[in-house]
Amino acid sequence: MTQTTIAKAVNQGLRAAMEADPKVLVMGEDVGKLGGVFRVTDGLQKDFGEDRVIDTPLAESGIIGTAIGLALRGYRPVCEIQFDGFIYPAYDQIVSQLAKMANRSRGSVKLPVVVRVPFGGGIGAVEHHSESPEAYFAHTAGLRVVSCANPADAYWMIQQAIRSEDPVMFFEPKRRYWEKGELDIAAGPALGLHDARVARAGEHVTVAAYGPMVKTALDAALAAEGDGVSIEVVDLRSLSPLDLGTVIGSVEKTRRLVVVHEAPVFLGLGSEIAARVTERCFYALEAPVLRVGGFHAPYPASRLEEDYLPDLDRVLDAVDRALAY
Amino acid sequence: MTDSGVGALDQSVQLVQLLTPEGERVEHPDYAFDPDPATLRSLYRDLVLVRRVDTEATALQRQGELGIWASLLGQEAAQIGSGRALLPQDYVFPTYREHGVAWCRDVDPVTLLGLYRGVNLGGWDPNAHNFHLYTIVIGAQTLHATGYAMGVQRDGAVGTGDESRDTAVIAYFGDGATAQGDVNESFVYASVYNAPVVFFCQNNQWAISEPNDRQTRIPLYQRARGFGFPGVRVDGNDVLAVHAVTRAALDRARRGEGPTFIEAFTYRMGAHTTSDDPTRYRIAAEVEEWKLKDPIARVKVHLSRGGLADQAFFDEVDREADGLAAHVRRSCLEMPDPDPDEMFAFAYREPHPLVAEERAWFAEYHAGFADAASLEAGSAEVHGGAR
Repeated sequence: MTQTTIAKAVNQGLRAAMEADPKVLVMGEDVGKLGGVFRVTDGLQKDFGEDRVIDTPLAESGIIGTAIGLALRGYRPVCEIQFDGFIYPAYDQIVSQLAKMANRSRGSVKLPVVVRVPFGGGIGAVEHHSESPEAYFAHTAGLRVVSCANPADAYWMIQQAIRSEDPVMFFEPKRRYWEKGELDIAAGPALGLHDARVARAGEHVTVAAYGPMVKTALDAALAAEGDGVSIEVVDLRSLSPLDLGTVIGSVEKTRRLVVVHEAPVFLGLGSEIAARVTERCFYALEAPVLRVGGFHAPYPASRLEEDYLPDLDRVLDAVDRALAY
Repeated sequence: MTDSGVGALDQSVQLVQLLTPEGERVEHPDYAFDPDPATLRSLYRDLVLVRRVDTEATALQRQGELGIWASLLGQEAAQIGSGRALLPQDYVFPTYREHGVAWCRDVDPVTLLGLYRGVNLGGWDPNAHNFHLYTIVIGAQTLHATGYAMGVQRDGAVGTGDESRDTAVIAYFGDGATAQGDVNESFVYASVYNAPVVFFCQNNQWAISEPNDRQTRIPLYQRARGFGFPGVRVDGNDVLAVHAVTRAALDRARRGEGPTFIEAFTYRMGAHTTSDDPTRYRIAAEVEEWKLKDPIARVKVHLSRGGLADQAFFDEVDREADGLAAHVRRSCLEMPDPDPDEMFAFAYREPHPLVAEERAWFAEYHAGFADAASLEAGSAEVHGGAR
């Protein structure tokens, strides 16, 4: 059992995957000598060489398009998109090719490609460095979409994603990269790649979140405890497929649900979860499912991001509203 | 707007040609291909057969058996010449018009029709033929080809000198695709990694309704220089020159010397697809001019004039073409509609609970109609019996 950060855990996970399978490649902008702008790939090129840790030209569509070709040749590329807002030049390759090619081939080819995306705000960055584009990809059949929220998940989930025979979009909570947590490699993974987890047990209301908002939800639960409100926090971990069973199990107990993400509320993951939970738990619910998230406005200049991003108070405000029904 | 750009540069354009439109063999200082008579005849045969398949497919579309068809008419030499230069281990990334290259990779032409009939999205196993599925998004496949070539490098399958091991990759695309970002990115990636890939551009002069001058101000092959690898323009209607130029480029790639851009200068004799109407944007005189440069006629003239084939041979090829067309037609009509369950079957390789749930729901829903239909049929019988 060691204390480590999310960034270091992803690094260790990549290293373990590369040691286990010589077909695993890491590719992206500045992932080699520099070790990535967040140092997530630090030291990998030194140890695995330039053929396996590939500094790519500055062209995101090219990263995904060539990764598809490498996968067709039998490799398992792990692509890094440097920042969330730079994924759009690769959108066509991801949505029209990566997601659909195996289906187009009726299963005769497979594309085990992982696309790592440091995502979300809260780091005081300029435009295009703080976005949450996960819903675009969860909406696309053929992709799997996951997000880790702590070092242990970062370590295991990246390896599980690399072993997946389907393409996986792997969203890393960039503002939590330096958060510490426990990692017990000897214990092995506690969960599958697509299992949600009850991160904190509670009685009165369920708060479901993923990625950077899991910590916010846990902080909110701690704060609410003082007021006698018991919040159960579900870390969704997987956005496609969704582990609805774990959410429903929690809602059947608490009868109230708040879904939190940084992405805009409108047509975000919270909307889908609200609809499905309402269909399945209509008679168990004491309140409508409430959503907390970004606004339907472009991500603001960084001096305003604290107002834009859901925080502990916005989560508790929704919890209060849910309890008031 | 001035019109000086393309015209001025065109003066310096070099076109590799080994067989003139009149069927005369000419020499080129850099490229040679002197096939024996049997090979020449087999090239002619391939040209005729793929044109016949294409004609049949167009007819099938006109008769409502295909939703759409993208004709290769006029581009037979570009496709057969390059396709025949490939070795078994080489890998092809086509657009949606490479029916001639598919033929060279032993893909049954019937298989190509599935996509156009709407019974599948691409019906062959790419790895069984080293011929990838058709790619419809313009230019996207050039990056796949480049990535595949980067994989070939990592497998150590270039520059070994072992003819059965060294591997080249070829990406097909058209003049319109050269404007796409993906194509330009693939040039950058291939260049900086020195990837064993050949970029084969069939410049058929038209991107649906847009002529070359809406895509480029310079001859396309000259763009390669800016990316750091050689470019060559070849008479795309000359099967011998295309073969020679492609073979040289593939050999170069297999030796580990990097990418080549080939611009096969040809003409789309038909419409972009069967949904298109070229009379709205191009003049008949242009088509007439290109008819004189037909890729098949010149081979036939060369064969007859040189006494390399007799009328019996030409008749036999025509008979074979008719037989192939009949096979294509019959098999097309017999192609079954897919089972609705196929929508779900290949969406993911590993279990996905949402897909499983929707698949099960739809199967039950669908079966409900079958029950209703059989009930109705049953009740009709009862009524019939009562009468």
